[in-house]
Amino acid sequence: MSTTTLPPGTKQEPVSAPPGGTSDRARAERRLGWLLAGPAFLVMLLVTAYPIAQAVYDSLFDFRLTDPENRSFTGLSNYAVILTDRIWWTSLGVTFFITVVTVAVELVLGFALALVMMKALKSIRPVVRAAILIPYAVITVVSAFAWQFAFDISTGFVNTWFGWVPGIGPDTDWFGGTWSALFVVCIAEIWKTTPFISLLLLAGLAQVPDVLQEAARVDGATWWQRMRRVTIPNMKAAIMVALLFRSLDAFRVFDSIFVMTGGANSTESVSFLAYRQTIARLEIGLGSAVSVLLFLCVVLISFTFIKVFKVDLSSTRGDA
Amino acid sequence: MSTRERNLWLVAGLVIVVYALFPVAWIVSLSLKAPADIANGQFLPTDFSWTNYEQILSGSASDLFLPALRNSFGICLIATFISCVLAMFAAYAIARLDFPGKKVILSTALAVAIFPVISIVTPLFNLWRQVGLYDTWPGLIIPYLSLTLPISIWTLSAFFREIPWEMEQAAQVDGATTWQAFRKVIVPLAAPGVFTTAIIAFFIAWNDFVYGIVLTSTEAARPVPAALGLFSGASQFEDPNGPIAAAAVVVTIPVVVLVLLFQRRIVAGLTNGAVKG
Repeated sequence: MSTTTLPPGTKQEPVSAPPGGTSDRARAERRLGWLLAGPAFLVMLLVTAYPIAQAVYDSLFDFRLTDPENRSFTGLSNYAVILTDRIWWTSLGVTFFITVVTVAVELVLGFALALVMMKALKSIRPVVRAAILIPYAVITVVSAFAWQFAFDISTGFVNTWFGWVPGIGPDTDWFGGTWSALFVVCIAEIWKTTPFISLLLLAGLAQVPDVLQEAARVDGATWWQRMRRVTIPNMKAAIMVALLFRSLDAFRVFDSIFVMTGGANSTESVSFLAYRQTIARLEIGLGSAVSVLLFLCVVLISFTFIKVFKVDLSSTRGDA
Repeated sequence: MSTRERNLWLVAGLVIVVYALFPVAWIVSLSLKAPADIANGQFLPTDFSWTNYEQILSGSASDLFLPALRNSFGICLIATFISCVLAMFAAYAIARLDFPGKKVILSTALAVAIFPVISIVTPLFNLWRQVGLYDTWPGLIIPYLSLTLPISIWTLSAFFREIPWEMEQAAQVDGATTWQAFRKVIVPLAAPGVFTTAIIAFFIAWNDFVYGIVLTSTEAARPVPAALGLFSGASQFEDPNGPIAAAAVVVTIPVVVLVLLFQRRIVAGLTNGAVKG
């Protein structure tokens, strides 16, 4: 994309520009730029940087809301408590499991959906596009309820429908075990967020030059060869961005867990652990430490993506 | 394309439509089941009933549901409005002006977008209690900006970058004043982008659960997703599943209507901001 052009100021005409005062104009433009963009920048810092700094600070104290008098500085001991506790590692494992499974499935499924949308007949394309946006628009809590009710022993139809599958009967309690519960959580997450990935991939697909496809076709490349040698390499950026965003998103999974299992049967995610420590148990110190650790995980994931996979966010996100 | 191929793509398209609509159809179906029918183990109700809707709209659950609906609408609209106005100025500056720090602003927006909400909400919970913002509208509107502002800045600057700004000068050359040129040329070109951004921001705010559940405690500010999440534990119902399903349908209607009306723009906005350079 072209960089921002520098149109002669129509909005920011310097009131009394001295002859040849380009530097004055540049300064005026700089000032106006910050004047316009500053408030948004400030608000973003205020609503995120400040709370996270506060969380870092709080995490260094032994601090319960039920016992505010006994707030005492304990250094890094909260972190020591968490990192030596099995609960933390279980929730981290659950979170990783959900992230890896959902993102992998979504990438494949999303790609398939994108291909169909690309090729779909003109007559049904609007229908498909409208339909695909519906999971995106349905709120996560509603999606979680829908899938929970579907698998639930009393309200659900899944046990009736899939009674013929070995191991599934009228009394199959999907939320009674860790793996079966996580399975349903993953399904709900996949249904809800695949459309987003497929839209990103569709945009990526549209950017693959037709000329290259045609050339490969003329050279006798099979569909699969064209896909592997032409299509996918040309949309690497889109794939990486989709992967990064969905991974970070999946890593923060909370709503589905809250609604579907409430963290029972070792299905607690890291976000849920932080919530439970702070809000349910009012352990501000410990909860803050979990929050900070979660934050560090997210930073680590982004960093890994950007370094290892060389995702150039500035070029793919439309930065000037 | 051969007929066989056409049919293949047609089927594939239909599979997608079913995939996308299936859970929605299911929750609608469940919401129409009478209490005695809820556990029939079937997808469809044997008998259609409006009992669940009556319960949440005028019955025993209405004092839980209706205030939440009002809160959600009010809070999300205000948060969307504020973030759109702020993002409009910022995106204009990013697309149009040359100033150092542009990259910093865009990277900050990106960083805020990937921020784990739970890491923000934990300290806010404590802070809001101290300053009296806990369980109030502003107490949710302010943190909602962390959700809506980054995406608004990204999508809007992508939109604004595609506006041919030279047209404004052309209008001025033709005799329009600066303000006229801006209002008559740029505003109409920018309006669709702003509108799309507003819809996407609204979706994101409407979807929030974490802030809603942590920063509220009563119907004074509790938004619908949080109220829904807590329904299951409420003792008002013998069996809350039917009313939950009905409430879920009611919450889904506005967003589905928005999607159907503006699908083309939403797709453009989502992908422009994210992938296209």
